[in-house]
Amino acid sequence: MKPLLEVSALEVEFDTPDGVVKAVNGLNFSLDEGESLAIVGESGAGKSQLVLAIMGLLAENGRARGQAIFRGADLMQMKPQDLNSVRGKHIAMIFQDPMTSLNPYLTIEQQMTEVVIHHQGLRKDEARAKAVEMLRAVRIPDAEERIRQYPHEYSGGMRQRVMIAMGLLCQPDLLIADEPSTALDVTVQAQITQLVAELSEKTAMSVILITHDLAVVAEVCERIIVMYAGEVVESGSAEDIFYRPQHPYTRGLLESVPRLDRAEDRLHAIPGNPPNLQDLPTGCHFRDRCGEATERCRKPPPLWVAEGGRMSRCVLPMEGGRLAAGESVRADEKSTSATAGEPQE
Amino acid sequence: MSGKTDKNEIDPSVEEVFAAAMAEQDIPGRSLWVDAWQRLLKNKAAVVSGIIMTLVVVLVVVGPFLLPWEADFTDWDHTSSPPSLETGHWFGTDSVGRDLLVRTLEGGRISLLVGLVATLVSLLIGVTYGAIAGYYGGMTDRVMMRIVDIIYALPFMFLVILLMVVFGRHIVLIFVAIGAVNWLDMARIVRGQTLSLKNTEFVEAARACGVDHAAIIRRHIIPNLLGVVMVYVTLTIPQVILVESFLSFLGLGVQEPMSSWGALVNDGAQDMETAPWTLIFPAVFLSVTLYCFNYIGDGMRDALDPKDHL
Amino acid sequence: MSKPVLRVQDLAVTFTSYSGGLLQKKERSIRAVDGISFELSAGETLGIVGESASGKSTLARAILGLIPPNRGRVMWMGENLTALDEEEMRQRRKELQIVFQDPVAALDPRMTAGDIIAEPLWTFYPNMDRVQVDERTRGMMKMVGLLPNQINRYPHEFSGGQCQRIGIARSLVLNPRLVFCDEPVSALDVSIQAQIINLLKDLQKKLGLALVFVAHDLSVVRHISDRVMVMYMGQAMEVSEKRALYRRPLHPYTNALMKSVPIPDPKLAARARRESWLKGDMPSPFNRPKGCVFHDRCPYRIKRCEADVPALRRMESGDWVSCHRAEELDLSIRNDSSDAMG
Repeated sequence: MKPLLEVSALEVEFDTPDGVVKAVNGLNFSLDEGESLAIVGESGAGKSQLVLAIMGLLAENGRARGQAIFRGADLMQMKPQDLNSVRGKHIAMIFQDPMTSLNPYLTIEQQMTEVVIHHQGLRKDEARAKAVEMLRAVRIPDAEERIRQYPHEYSGGMRQRVMIAMGLLCQPDLLIADEPSTALDVTVQAQITQLVAELSEKTAMSVILITHDLAVVAEVCERIIVMYAGEVVESGSAEDIFYRPQHPYTRGLLESVPRLDRAEDRLHAIPGNPPNLQDLPTGCHFRDRCGEATERCRKPPPLWVAEGGRMSRCVLPMEGGRLAAGESVRADEKSTSATAGEPQE
Repeated sequence: MSGKTDKNEIDPSVEEVFAAAMAEQDIPGRSLWVDAWQRLLKNKAAVVSGIIMTLVVVLVVVGPFLLPWEADFTDWDHTSSPPSLETGHWFGTDSVGRDLLVRTLEGGRISLLVGLVATLVSLLIGVTYGAIAGYYGGMTDRVMMRIVDIIYALPFMFLVILLMVVFGRHIVLIFVAIGAVNWLDMARIVRGQTLSLKNTEFVEAARACGVDHAAIIRRHIIPNLLGVVMVYVTLTIPQVILVESFLSFLGLGVQEPMSSWGALVNDGAQDMETAPWTLIFPAVFLSVTLYCFNYIGDGMRDALDPKDHL
Repeated sequence: MSKPVLRVQDLAVTFTSYSGGLLQKKERSIRAVDGISFELSAGETLGIVGESASGKSTLARAILGLIPPNRGRVMWMGENLTALDEEEMRQRRKELQIVFQDPVAALDPRMTAGDIIAEPLWTFYPNMDRVQVDERTRGMMKMVGLLPNQINRYPHEFSGGQCQRIGIARSLVLNPRLVFCDEPVSALDVSIQAQIINLLKDLQKKLGLALVFVAHDLSVVRHISDRVMVMYMGQAMEVSEKRALYRRPLHPYTNALMKSVPIPDPKLAARARRESWLKGDMPSPFNRPKGCVFHDRCPYRIKRCEADVPALRRMESGDWVSCHRAEELDLSIRNDSSDAMG
């Protein structure tokens, strides 16, 4: 079955006063219908940028290269009008702060019906009915009355639910949620995460969840991509990542999550700071924070792969994996990533 | 272990890097002003305007010394003569035979001086007043702002005429009169900015550290206001120059033999049909200056993007 | 337990807003902090957990005198802070410090890291010469894990975690006895959170500080606290010793908070189904429920809870809870797979 979204060789760059910054460096992944994928990494890892690039929402000083094939068409090559219609009808996006995504001067009804009328050509009353139905689906109490209210009359959690409802109105194939619950209270976070998990399970909708919090991911996503400094360092199923993490960074992330079910006296932290994209260590970008770094890490790490999209980019061998074509771990042979036959460094 | 490593050597271990760094020079910081300045330099309109303004200032200051004519020298042989290279009057002369180039440049001195000094007066009064009102808030703020509102309501021209009548048409009075009225806008703007600055976390942090009010205003509020204030200043200067022109038009501006661009434009307007150059040259200088300040002001506002400071 | 350095007694802060036109003024008030009491000793850490509108940030500011309380006393080293005038309180700030939630916003963007850390020194020791100030500033930077050669850099040149370290250095430069940490890690990535929490813990041990650590998440607070206070709508629901709280919470709200913490384990997470344990949303602060302020969302409520406000009372274990049914409820966290927590 063809994947719903297939991204290859994605690169994103920004022009800044300090020079060109590469936010995403050669990313590949694919997403099937109905699948839920998490993209995990610290701030600045490039996770938001990669999605913004695919959706054509990059800031002015940003440039993107690569392919993003969605339902057979390359999003990166589309004209703005076409991309616009894809954005409303097939792909919905939710951002971190719901207050800034909602217009404070319009009622919820106005904002929701505008979307449906524009993309599906419904009449006002039909649109309203649909909107109310969707609000009920995301468990807004008294949806009939509350739809007439303004965003400031809703709590943060409710606004985020409204955003999800708005996204769902056109029955999109894909929902992209960028840190949807980070700014919310813990109990509300639980509710929103629950909601997204249910939606993913019960509908054929695919979900891409972007977050820096691995714990949230465990509940929602079937597959996980871990990013560091603009590259994918590990990917696999939720079980692979949580129970058999290979990459030291993934292990570090897992260990730094404070857990209620374990008695720990001291939290494990990943030493150092998130990487400065303009001053990355040569070879493996993670080596200056990695407890297992050795001399071999000064060269770019090889790619290990296994079935089902399982991969890890590290000198340490991956359990059950094999080296990707063209890769090598011998210290004297320099390795490159991806294509075989490429000239050595 | 010295701080420097040869590019071809193997990099030292993490601990050694740390130790080396500890012994190293302090890394210079890049302040937000430097960032803003770099952004400003990328704005072509602002840069060109800056260059033009610098030229104008140089001309205006140095020019009259280089020219053979005095501003009040009347050349009876060439009254109302058009610009020509032979007569030596490159901008022509006015109805009384005074060289227009010299008059324009010296008029520029007055106009720019009025612009700068009046703005300075308005700046000093406005910033202090606004910062105090905004910072202390409550009754102090209310009373102070009501005073501003009342003065605002008074007709400006009436006040200026009153001042002129009482104190005579002295040039310093013009500075003061304009500045004394202009500070109101500055005060309002500064007060608004202070109010929002007051509620920032770093001001709260300063209070939590026991910093006293005067120090907070001096160290935290005013430096963070400077951006907005500077933008406003570049927009005030042209405003002030125009006001002075208006006063000249009414006959309340600088007294003869001193002149300003406004006064020259006024004179020129009267001879517009017979000697259009007497209007055109000062008008061009005046307009160009106004445009330039406005472009610089716009450029500064963009460079000091709100995303950066607050 | 050594003698308490901080004693908060029935502290309350009310915010009033006026609405309505010229003729009809409507007064609405929010009881942001509604009668909080607790004690803290040197070297001890109190974790305060609450969601938005719980009043935890207002509480911090009221204790530090940044907001005047409407009721109650704050006893610091035997002295009543609420009775002091502004100047006297200003002098006490040497001993009572705060670390803020937004690490970047808490730093003046136009000052260098060194100046930010040195400012308290300039304020209280104006006669200290430049060299001494510089030495002390660099010492503080080292203590919080920053390279001293960064001393002339500006906040926007540092990462979030580093900015928080600058904030911590600033709060410690005067050798305070108590540091209030107001959600110091909420704005940071999980991997950096761990660093900062470890740092605070180390500093506390080294300097013998009393710490109050405010967070919205029970898991974050656990590693650093000796005791934990759970706040809801301005009131304390429970104040328990840490191990007891995490083993057997006394209050249904604490229980709900625990169930809300995401579990980084797909199998356990699937079983947990952190279902809507709580009914509905946080009530509006303008419309506080009568009786127990939590009753409208509590799965364990009885008739009595709708009318009677439960007082914060001491249980046999020495912990405090405000719930009518505290004795009969057993909210223990079991470690078998049938329970949500796993």
